[in-house]
Amino acid sequence: MATLYDSISWNKRKSILLVVLFFIIISLLGYAFGLYLGSVFVGVAFAIIISTIMTLVSYYSGDSIILKMSHAVEADRKKYPHLVNTVEGLAIASGIMTPKIYVIEDSAINAMATGRDPKHASVTVTTGAIERLKRDELEGVLAHELAHIRNYDIRMMMLVVILVGIIALLSDMFLRSLFYGRGKKGSKGGAAGAVIILIGLVLAILAPIIAQLIKLAVSRQREYLADADGALICRHPNGLANALRKIKNDKEPLVEAANKATAHLFIENPLRTFGGKINFLFHTHPPIDERIKRLEGF
Amino acid sequence: MVFIVSVILWVVIAVVALLVLYIIITFNSLIMLKNRVENAWSQIDVQLKRRYDLIPNLVNTVKGYMKHEKGVLTELTKMRSQLVSGSMNQKSKASDSISNALKTIFAVAENYPKLQASENFKMLQEELSGTESKIAYARQFYNDNVMGLNNKIQQFPSNFIANMLGFKGREFFKTEESEKKPVKVEF
Repeated sequence: MATLYDSISWNKRKSILLVVLFFIIISLLGYAFGLYLGSVFVGVAFAIIISTIMTLVSYYSGDSIILKMSHAVEADRKKYPHLVNTVEGLAIASGIMTPKIYVIEDSAINAMATGRDPKHASVTVTTGAIERLKRDELEGVLAHELAHIRNYDIRMMMLVVILVGIIALLSDMFLRSLFYGRGKKGSKGGAAGAVIILIGLVLAILAPIIAQLIKLAVSRQREYLADADGALICRHPNGLANALRKIKNDKEPLVEAANKATAHLFIENPLRTFGGKINFLFHTHPPIDERIKRLEGF
Repeated sequence: MVFIVSVILWVVIAVVALLVLYIIITFNSLIMLKNRVENAWSQIDVQLKRRYDLIPNLVNTVKGYMKHEKGVLTELTKMRSQLVSGSMNQKSKASDSISNALKTIFAVAENYPKLQASENFKMLQEELSGTESKIAYARQFYNDNVMGLNNKIQQFPSNFIANMLGFKGREFFKTEESEKKPVKVEF
């Protein structure tokens, strides 16, 4: 049990670290913007105010935004009695409140968990998962998601999606205003050129940091841990192992709605390539074969 | 000399303070574990109550179809009352025999296509098997918490404080032996 609580507090600390890191990055962006505008203060203040508002809004409603963008609808108990019962049972076994349950109309097999803490959490599964997975397989997948909720992985994942999105949005605004600026005042060419080089530098520094953040959030260890915890919750590791095998052999593993939808969160490439996949369980994850091997070893 | 005495005094005070602190922390964590066990127990109770509420519906739905299986239905109704009253042991026994009776009913129901087709029956079957697995999960959660409490009570050195303050370990919610054997379908 000790390891579980350790990992929860580590996750909470990591979330705070992430927000601090993010504000440093934002301030850097604002600083560069301010240089261009001629007032560093205005640039930094602008970036911080905008990102604070956006972070607060997304922290408290990010899960519903993500759900809306994925076209997820709340699962009706009458329509999906088995799904609702299974989630309720697993919530009892893991000692958390029953999360809200959503369904995405998509034939691919997939699932995700989101929210800021176990009291404000939701699990989402595709109709493909409901129809094509056997009972114990679905149970294994859901137990894995509940483990993410209980371990506060969901908070980390959601923050990453939000913060990376805001950085992308701000740098996009910044770049656009530069181009507009150059269009209006051709005479400022020299200064604008220097600023563009500076921005290029900032973005170059930013990109690997963002990549690192994403690695932090959805690190392989977290996934292996959620696999193990999930197996402990449902006491049946083979369920998830078989589900993973089914997903591996699936001809259409992508969730279309999610890809299109979450791409809106990110405005420019290359961020878009992470976008659709980041919340989704089976993409930014350790190799499926290795996970199956470990699950079967329990 | 005075200096040495005061150092010793302070050391004694520090040791006593630490000891008191340790006792307080241990006491609080014992209380927390005990409350968790009680909460986990009430989760089982909630599910047993749910099952108690569902059984009359099932009996009414099935009665019209199953003419030859009156025995199992009577048994079910009889055991049902024990789900909400009685000791933990009685509840657990009643719950086990109800599980067996339900398995029998659902197995026999396959001989009655009309019953199988009934929406009401399908719904009840899903709800009852959902409740069944929730009971199993609640049991598992209860046993996990009992283990946490018992560990604290038995492990050194918290066992001294637990004994001193009169904390008692709980029993695991065991499954009956009969449930581990294959189910016999008899009428």
